[in-house]
Amino acid sequence: MSAITERQHGASAPRRDTSVPRRRRRAGDLPVALVFLLPAAVGFGVFYLWPTLRTMYLSFTDYSLLAPPEWVGAENYRRLFQDPLFWNSLRVTVEYVVINIGVQTVVALGLAVLMHRLTRSGLIRGVLLLPYLVANVVVALIWYTMLDAQLGIVNRALEWVGLDPVAFFGETATAIPTIALVNVWRHMGYTALLIFAGLQAIPRTVYEAAATDGASEPTMFRRITLPLLRPTLVLVLVLTVIGSFQIFDTVAVTTKGGPVNATRVIYYYIYELAFQRFDFGYAAAICVALFAILAGLALMQLKMLRAGDTDLD
Amino acid sequence: MRRITRLAAVATMLPLALAGCGSGGDSGGDAASTEKTEISYWLWDSNQLPAYQACADAFHAANPDITVKISQFGWADYWTSLTTNLVSGNAPDVFTNHLNYYPEFAAKRQILPLDDFIKADGVKTDAYAPGLADLWVSNDGKRYGLPKDFDTVAIFYNKKMLADAGISEDEMKKLTWNPTDGGTYEKVIAKLTIDENGKRGDEPGFDKSKVKVYGLGLDENNGAGVGQQMWSMYALSTGWQFTDKNPWGTRFRYDDPRFQQTIAWWRGLIEKGYMPSLAIARSGTSVNDGFGAGKYALSTNGSWMINSYYGYDGVEVGTAPTPVGPSGKRATIYNGLADSIYAGTEHKDQAWQWVKYLASADCQKKVAEKAVVFPAIPEALTIAEEKFAAKGIDISAFTVQIHEKTTSLYPITDHASDISAIMGPAMDAVLSFEADPSSLSKANDEVNALFQ
Repeated sequence: MSAITERQHGASAPRRDTSVPRRRRRAGDLPVALVFLLPAAVGFGVFYLWPTLRTMYLSFTDYSLLAPPEWVGAENYRRLFQDPLFWNSLRVTVEYVVINIGVQTVVALGLAVLMHRLTRSGLIRGVLLLPYLVANVVVALIWYTMLDAQLGIVNRALEWVGLDPVAFFGETATAIPTIALVNVWRHMGYTALLIFAGLQAIPRTVYEAAATDGASEPTMFRRITLPLLRPTLVLVLVLTVIGSFQIFDTVAVTTKGGPVNATRVIYYYIYELAFQRFDFGYAAAICVALFAILAGLALMQLKMLRAGDTDLD
Repeated sequence: MRRITRLAAVATMLPLALAGCGSGGDSGGDAASTEKTEISYWLWDSNQLPAYQACADAFHAANPDITVKISQFGWADYWTSLTTNLVSGNAPDVFTNHLNYYPEFAAKRQILPLDDFIKADGVKTDAYAPGLADLWVSNDGKRYGLPKDFDTVAIFYNKKMLADAGISEDEMKKLTWNPTDGGTYEKVIAKLTIDENGKRGDEPGFDKSKVKVYGLGLDENNGAGVGQQMWSMYALSTGWQFTDKNPWGTRFRYDDPRFQQTIAWWRGLIEKGYMPSLAIARSGTSVNDGFGAGKYALSTNGSWMINSYYGYDGVEVGTAPTPVGPSGKRATIYNGLADSIYAGTEHKDQAWQWVKYLASADCQKKVAEKAVVFPAIPEALTIAEEKFAAKGIDISAFTVQIHEKTTSLYPITDHASDISAIMGPAMDAVLSFEADPSSLSKANDEVNALFQ
């Protein structure tokens, strides 16, 4: 949204003030702009750019953290292609992302539309955001305790209605879906709010016109809300998919990659390799592979879903 | 938009980082100007913090120029923090070390050999319970730690459940076990298992799909290739050993039939309904909490867990030594902790003074007073025994194996973390019936390949 307002300012300013030559104006702003940008640029360089470059370098080395790195060429990448655990971690992560994003987007969209069409209550918006305000690790541990097969309150409730208890986090088949849904619970309010902001950008007049034409709520949702919401949804999807791929904390405090390799998601595998097995070079190679996958995915999403265009014009 | 918020976040963080540097520099200057030294010391067990704080206070009183600053981290964070601090050169001057980790630190020259200090000060390394001190001599022949405590494994039992089943506490002390039919140990486990209709595990009509109380609990932790409190006491009692020699073995023996039969028997308890499935054990609660909640009648665990097991309201707890196996002897892993000095410390001599004090009878007696662990020095152990007894805890089930010399050393080898990464999932697969115990031979090949 800030980008839109900036663009509008930029477009309207020269029109209003034609006496000042454009080039001189720009040159005058530049030093100030640089001063404002500098702290952020330094931070970006130190915390993002340098680590990224260093990771790329380390991915070509054998580096145990406690001894200097040794150049090994593409050896780590060769190993990566033959490592069944890498492919397993990729598969497990994709399974997590599909369940997490699939469910989360549908639920959040539903919540946002309900907030938009039914209630404008700030209280409800606040309550929806509550899970997001609790730290990831706390959410994970509380759900872990609640879902325990023998002592968890959820399973006691299941038994009470006559069902058999389920070892949600402990069973190979249910561990990843459980972790994915726990994180849906935490993030849905936040995602709903992002979508809700997009909904508010849709002019009320469109709905009023549709209502005059006798359109029903479901029709309006399908014909008006969804198409006009597309740019927002794309942005939300790109952000949440990238975030979802980075699943780590929930796994680290609950299943720790197990049972067997059922929840050894890619970030957890990287962490184990780097900090438990001191195999930093190989861990860096997986990081680079993940970086390439995520960059490709984000580009593809933006391209395919035409994020820059709006249907409002 | 994402990039903008990211940049903004970084921009706001930057002054904080700079502020951090500033204050760090200041305190360093102060320390240098007044000639007083502060030694940083790390440990992971919060239960032990008060005991070692008492040692630190006494140490400071005797050496007014040296202050010891203790930091405590949870077990999992401890090793990650320690590693990153070793890399960045900020590791604590002295830290509690574990047998699983020290070979790697020694090989990478991150900890100091203590031999010269020991020689210069004439410290006696035979002052500790037999065998403990030698665990800390690495394969380069140098010593990297002085023992502070030790631990063994025993069986915790719920006294009321035992009485209800008509099993006496004396019987618990005389249990036998073998991998074929489980011996009297399995009979006791079966009898202590109760289904929802009140039928016991050894009675006809027992419904193993609706178990109310399991005879034996299953640890929520993955024991990987050591199985310290999970299966090692059974496997070792067959005469099996982890490696060709210990310490510093180079061939593991997970392909030995005795080991694989033991694991087959152990997971067989799940099939019989006497022990929870791996899925249940991993679903959210620790084995000790399950025991405290009355879900398990017996639970094997290490002496470091004593205060947890005895801490549950309304549960009367007793302990028994692990059963006598086919070798005619009991077995338990015998593990000990020690304190090591960081190779990059700026206060070598002061750090050594502190390590020496930690390993002294003086400090270990102070630790014994708190009755949290078993001190490495025998006379301090006697005090601990009395203090535990005063709390109503009999630790003889843990110490009997030391007197009877039935303990086995924790397997000390190189590549410990890689072995654990191979054996962890492999054992999980067997326990969850996704793979046969014979699949462990393949894992064994992978483990042994690390040493070539």
